[in-house]
Amino acid sequence: MSTPVGSRPALSWVVNISVLLLVALWTLPTFGILVSSLRDKDQLAVSGWWTALTASERNVVARAAPPENATLEDGRYVLTGNVFEDGSGKAVGFGISSRAPSAFAVGESAELRDGGMLTVEASGDYTITYAEQPEPGRGQRIFVSSVEPPRFTTENYKNVLFSEGLGKSFINTMTVTIPATVIPILIAAYAAYALAWMEFPGRALLLAAIVGLLVVPLQMSLIPLLRFYNTIGIGKSFIGIWLAHTGFGLPLAIYLLRNYMAGLPREIIESARVDGASDFEIFRKIILPLSFPALASFAIFQFLWVWNDLLVATVFLGNNEEQLVLTGRLRELLGSRGGNWEILTASAFVAIVVPILVFFALQRYLVRGLLAGSVKGG
Amino acid sequence: MAISSTEAAPRSRPPGLGRFLFNMAIALGIMIAGIVFAVLCAVAVFTALNTVLPDIKLVQAVLVMVLGVAACFGYFWGSNRLLDLIYPPRGSRVADNINAANGIRPWLFLGPAIVILGIYLVYPVINSIFLSFHGPSGETWVGGANYAWLAKDAAFRESMRNNILWLIVVPAAATFFGLIAAALTDRIGWGNVAKSLIFMPMAISFVGASVIWKFIYDYRAEGSEQIGILNAVVTFFGGEPQAWITIPFWNNFFLMVILIWIQTGFAMVILSAALRGIPEETIEAAIIDGASPFQIFYKIKVPQIWGTIAVVWTTITILVLKVFDIVLAMTNGQWGSQVLANYMFDWMFRGLDFGRASTIALVIMAMVTPIMIWNIREARKDMK
Repeated sequence: MSTPVGSRPALSWVVNISVLLLVALWTLPTFGILVSSLRDKDQLAVSGWWTALTASERNVVARAAPPENATLEDGRYVLTGNVFEDGSGKAVGFGISSRAPSAFAVGESAELRDGGMLTVEASGDYTITYAEQPEPGRGQRIFVSSVEPPRFTTENYKNVLFSEGLGKSFINTMTVTIPATVIPILIAAYAAYALAWMEFPGRALLLAAIVGLLVVPLQMSLIPLLRFYNTIGIGKSFIGIWLAHTGFGLPLAIYLLRNYMAGLPREIIESARVDGASDFEIFRKIILPLSFPALASFAIFQFLWVWNDLLVATVFLGNNEEQLVLTGRLRELLGSRGGNWEILTASAFVAIVVPILVFFALQRYLVRGLLAGSVKGG
Repeated sequence: MAISSTEAAPRSRPPGLGRFLFNMAIALGIMIAGIVFAVLCAVAVFTALNTVLPDIKLVQAVLVMVLGVAACFGYFWGSNRLLDLIYPPRGSRVADNINAANGIRPWLFLGPAIVILGIYLVYPVINSIFLSFHGPSGETWVGGANYAWLAKDAAFRESMRNNILWLIVVPAAATFFGLIAAALTDRIGWGNVAKSLIFMPMAISFVGASVIWKFIYDYRAEGSEQIGILNAVVTFFGGEPQAWITIPFWNNFFLMVILIWIQTGFAMVILSAALRGIPEETIEAAIIDGASPFQIFYKIKVPQIWGTIAVVWTTITILVLKVFDIVLAMTNGQWGSQVLANYMFDWMFRGLDFGRASTIALVIMAMVTPIMIWNIREARKDMK
């Protein structure tokens, strides 16, 4: 909006910078785990994600080839090799004991206990020279402190998807979400139509009840339903959780759809009635197509809610390897892999990427739904 | 308005309540027939197809979705047809029949919803009250013992204290930041992009958000490089790194930040719409009178959107009363950060005492009830 106030240059700067700050605060946390999940796990463990683009210092312990491999060159026995296994990195110092890992600068010579002379170059190439044929034995340990270029990898994602069981959980979450999003819609749509456009005794009471049920805490339902499910034998099954999400989503669905349908122009419906259309036909041919925006709003709500739910899934689906959903897996990893940030960040990103994509693609409907039904508490 | 259909009933049928009950009986009969038939068909098709299709969960899910929709549609279509068969809208008694059918049809449309709501939300409330007077397995009557235990329980008192802290801080902070964000983003060119980005955490699950923030609060012993950004900032300014989420009392606030982070976008979206709905004239008048931008905001704009602020506030309040995932994932109630919903979960799954857990659930319900009543009253005002 361009009010006269907004055009004052000084104030406009302040506003722009404040918004920039707010946006930074609200996006950086997510950005942090995205960056971290793509970093090499050794670098992730020792430096903050905000340093991901700068070179990091790392201590490498390498073992030289065993002395008996030394070859005779110019009357001396020489061993050569590179301390970096993957060939990258830039050595800045080296040492021969763990107490002084960078006692020598690169290019200097260190005298070894068995009489050899060790030199490490910046590239990581080392040379050990012996005056005489060395005794066979284990290779010399070389400590090198190196500056490494930033390394990015998709290894973490491969790891979590295929060996930490996240792939399986992803499928479980999809399995729960798809029917649980779609099935409530039709049931709610018919009920909403009855509440908006049909007249019958008790309608006002039912509407009040729906608004009341919007805020009933899920915690109330867990124990009675768990007992009920166990009695009829659908505890810990997908059918149970589909029905549960349908039940918990219905009040919001009915409320949103009824508000939207009640706002449709009366003339359309009445002229259809005059033309002899039954309620059933009016609903199917006129109301349902016209209500698409409201249906979409609810579908997004329900999708986000089911995908992100932990409580209902933990109670009704069980915690075993076969049934764990993404949120449940993430919670389990937080407990068992608390310090392995390469696993946690990659898992978290896998768990949140689908809802975020849906969010950005369909934000318009989400906002519309929020504005229409801002009574529901989640 | 509600009794108009009864008034329209033909005189030959029993009037008033009798008529209503008669309608309900027929509706119930058709409904049960319809539901049973639709469900049986869906289950039969599912079982038949399931023996042919490969045993892949996702395929089953899609199948269930299609069959579920088909069953719903089949029910509504079938029950409607059945009603037309009983009261055909033609022949000599056409007017009577249409009236009778119109009295029944709403209940057929509402039927499945009422059944599901009854099972999933109404019955549990009643059953929870029943369970709260019973022992761990819900079979032995213990009178008020669960309530007496609750009154003396230290962990419950801690949860109550924390819940009240959450109730004070989170709705206030989220609404405040949401209001600021709404006011500021409405004034700039890239406001919509900014809004999208601030709104984005809404799409992230509480557990996902907990991982994100646990990474921010990550703690390494003093001297080693901090990889959590909060401790990195603290040490950069010469402070000592802290294990934030283990500091009793203050850790509550570190957990609240997560929910505030998620909910600010919600508050912003609603309040931004309300701010745009303010009539231009009031603002123009204030500008002519020489009001400063801050005066316009606090004295002209905010008072006009109090109603919306109240809605945002209560919505977040309800969410806060049920906060569970964040505490479970971050601390599981340790270090003095327990809340009611997590405490209830604890007694349900680890304590295995359904009586006590139900009692705690009822406390949450009792705290929600005033808001529920307020919502119903507001909604009825709107609908009149």
